[in-house]
Amino acid sequence: MEFEEDSTASKRMKIAENEDPITNKVQFSALIVDDDPLIRKIHSEVLKSLGFQTQVAKSGKEAVDLYRAGANFDIVFMDMQMPVMNGIEATKELRGMGVSTKIVGVSSECSESEIEAFILAGLDLYYAKPLTDANKIIPLIEDLKNKSVPNEGPKKTM
Amino acid sequence: MDVISQLQRQFIDYTSSLYREGYVDDQFSQLQKLQDESNPDFVVEVVSLFFDDCQKLVQNMAQALEQQNVDFRQVDSHVHQLKGSSSSVGASRVKNACIAFRTFCEAQNREGCLRCLQQVNQEYSVLKNKLQQLFRLEQQIIAAGGSIPMVE
Repeated sequence: MEFEEDSTASKRMKIAENEDPITNKVQFSALIVDDDPLIRKIHSEVLKSLGFQTQVAKSGKEAVDLYRAGANFDIVFMDMQMPVMNGIEATKELRGMGVSTKIVGVSSECSESEIEAFILAGLDLYYAKPLTDANKIIPLIEDLKNKSVPNEGPKKTM
Repeated sequence: MDVISQLQRQFIDYTSSLYREGYVDDQFSQLQKLQDESNPDFVVEVVSLFFDDCQKLVQNMAQALEQQNVDFRQVDSHVHQLKGSSSSVGASRVKNACIAFRTFCEAQNREGCLRCLQQVNQEYSVLKNKLQQLFRLEQQIIAAGGSIPMVE
């Protein structure tokens, strides 16, 4: 396996597909799944302010339907308690469909066992609501940036 | 002091008092920080959504508590939702009232619940008035040609 030299120039070329041609800022897309319009509004704004393109879904079912229709996102923020199809069911469904998108579970006050069940359903990460702390989201962005560079994995030290 | 400075001073003092007296917490200031030229009415919109939520949930709680056989889990789920909303907007007194409310739901104590419902109702009404006052001050500053100061 070859490890290319990790210059900033080559990194910039590799993330070109996510780049906004005008601002050169890397733009990631986020799906916010929550039945509460207040939360959808707040989380959308927070993510937008950090450079995300956002879309919302009002239930787990809407999120699954989006994916079934061929939509894709860089990251999904999934609420747990929703009517019709909750976060646990939706996450299981998406993983069952082969969706490998990063899914961050977001909820308020769940019991240990509920959080565990949520994580086991296929979450990459779990955060308590509300998600207004940029410090929680910035590492996620860094992670996405690193993912979009094809050469993953540790560098070989000579 | 000119008009704008006076209004700005008033705004700063009023905002500080809201934090000091526990009506709003840091979460509210996070929301204020998200407001900018691209979404100048963000806070007002979020707060409106919140008060719509409050009204609806309080009504639901009242209805549930009126039943012959109260479904406390139902009441609790409404309170839980309101607690979540109030926490998201930084309405800390409303949130605290909800926390107390939940213990009475758990204890299946109807009288206690009714008292808490009254408390929640009161807290959200008072907050509504306070925030409307705050928004009025903001509008006055803007109308006078000034800018809204950031309160740390």
